[in-house]
Amino acid sequence: MGGRGRLYWYRFRQHGLALVSAGLIILIAAAALAAPLIEAALGLDATRVDLFNRLAPPSAEHWLGTDEAGRDVLLRLLFGGRVSLLVGLVAAVVAAVIGTTVGLLAGYYGGRFDTLLMRFTDGVIALPVLPLLIVLAALDLSKLPLPAAVAQNENVSLYRIIFIIGLVGWTTVARLVRAATLSVRTREFVLAAQGLGQSNGRIMVRHILPNVLSPVVVATTLSIGAIMLLEAVLSFLGLGIQPPIPSWGNMLTNAQELISTAPWLAVFPGLMIFVTVMAFNFLGDGLQDAIDPRSVRR
Amino acid sequence: MFAFAIGRLAQMVVVMALMSFVIFSLIGLMPGDPIDLMVASNPNLTPADANRLRSLHGLDLPIWERYWNWLIPALGGDFGYSRTYTQPVFDILLPRLGNTLILLGLSSLLAIALSIPLGVIAAVRRHSTTDHAVNLFCFAGISVPAFWFGLLMILLFAVTWGVLPAGGIAPVDDSGFLARLPFLIMPVVTLSLASLAGHTRFMRASMIEVLRQDFVRTAMAKGVSNKRLIYGHALRNAMLPLVTILALDFGALFSGALVTETVFAYLGMGKLIFDSIMGNDFNMALVALLLATFVVLLGNFLADIGYAVLDPRISYRGREV
Repeated sequence: MGGRGRLYWYRFRQHGLALVSAGLIILIAAAALAAPLIEAALGLDATRVDLFNRLAPPSAEHWLGTDEAGRDVLLRLLFGGRVSLLVGLVAAVVAAVIGTTVGLLAGYYGGRFDTLLMRFTDGVIALPVLPLLIVLAALDLSKLPLPAAVAQNENVSLYRIIFIIGLVGWTTVARLVRAATLSVRTREFVLAAQGLGQSNGRIMVRHILPNVLSPVVVATTLSIGAIMLLEAVLSFLGLGIQPPIPSWGNMLTNAQELISTAPWLAVFPGLMIFVTVMAFNFLGDGLQDAIDPRSVRR
Repeated sequence: MFAFAIGRLAQMVVVMALMSFVIFSLIGLMPGDPIDLMVASNPNLTPADANRLRSLHGLDLPIWERYWNWLIPALGGDFGYSRTYTQPVFDILLPRLGNTLILLGLSSLLAIALSIPLGVIAAVRRHSTTDHAVNLFCFAGISVPAFWFGLLMILLFAVTWGVLPAGGIAPVDDSGFLARLPFLIMPVVTLSLASLAGHTRFMRASMIEVLRQDFVRTAMAKGVSNKRLIYGHALRNAMLPLVTILALDFGALFSGALVTETVFAYLGMGKLIFDSIMGNDFNMALVALLLATFVVLLGNFLADIGYAVLDPRISYRGREV
């Protein structure tokens, strides 16, 4: 395994953009995690409303200016980065778990079950997802049989968006895992395990899953970017992360009306989304080259 | 071929039926029902009145009974009224659908028209500077948040330079196509960006695949000119898979249209869906969502048929894995 790891690392290093992207993601994540420290160092307060200092352009005190409530844009970007990155990573993992489960079941059992699951997957891919997500995001949680602790939690918009994105984000992983499972399930070690009378569940988890994990890793990395874009657009429309929690998407919600008076409000959050998503896409591309160099690019 | 089309149509009907029930149930879970809205706007209504109205309109029935009561007239062509516009929903929907189809059609055309030459050039000059530039452009295209790109365009072309209108669909006094053109430029560019990037990447990969094949080498050995080889022999084969991508892209394109229309205040279906969900216009939202699903499914269906017609190797009886 160590030899293979070294080979992957060697191939990954050939992809200069992926290497730079990995560094960039670490930098952005570190800055977001260090947001309270930076806040203290600058002597500012990210949540303090200062109505005498609304919509101030970038200056020595507020490097990226202030927003419509007089809050520092740079600090809100850093705190928003925590939320956007968290949603991107967690929702990607949730989607990967769902996708891996569907793909494993479809690929392993095959036949009608496989056809049914893959038809379902095709259907989800083909649907106009965003309008449906908007309905889900606008639902009244008190009409659902949810425990009050969940429905009235202040972070409910965070959980809700992770759940919603997980619901639609699993399709790519499902298809890749299914394809990989199909090629693995007739191999000798699987037949041997079946011959020894191991249960199907155990075979899938212990014997097949480890062999299909590399496409999962690649697909999950590649999906983080798409998921962050989805979070951004839902939050931009006012249906994702709810203020006062900042996210890169919801920081742009009011920016459109203020675009002629305070253009910096529209520029910086979008730039952060753009750069971060692009970095994750390059990283995924590099991982793909490293792990599976022969695969045809989409 | 005929049986294949019928089978796909039957599938479409099943999906539509399922989706209509799912969407109907979800809409029922939205905050506030129509009676709540009436109570809010009329202080003279007592809770007893509200309950009486609820049972009068059948709103206290279980969800599947309400669905049935909605479905039967709908199948007869009666889809009910919009709350905000107080008109039959289709009177509002159809012009909006037309606007959206113009937007989708132009964006699709732009994406296809640019992605084919870009993909071919990148594939033919693989690993060249041009290829790297195209690749970078593609990554940027799939990574940029479309609504933000739209905002930047508004900032540049409408606010700073004032050369294009920031939003809307037509000038007040003129709704001819030429007068509408300036209103279409920014939405079309915004919407086509992601598709353009995706198609180009796909076209490049597809072209590289084809250029490796034996018939290309044979043609080369026969002394076919480079130009003819690429545009006559290889391109035709490389374009075929693009049809399936176009089909899969249709749903994403519609999702993109919702955002684009909202950013540019373009009066299309996407904006209508968003506005009616936010404005508690439940019946409008329901019918518009269903129509959107139907249009997308129809697009997929037509692409499937088109692909089957174009590629004689496809068997109509069952799909190979």
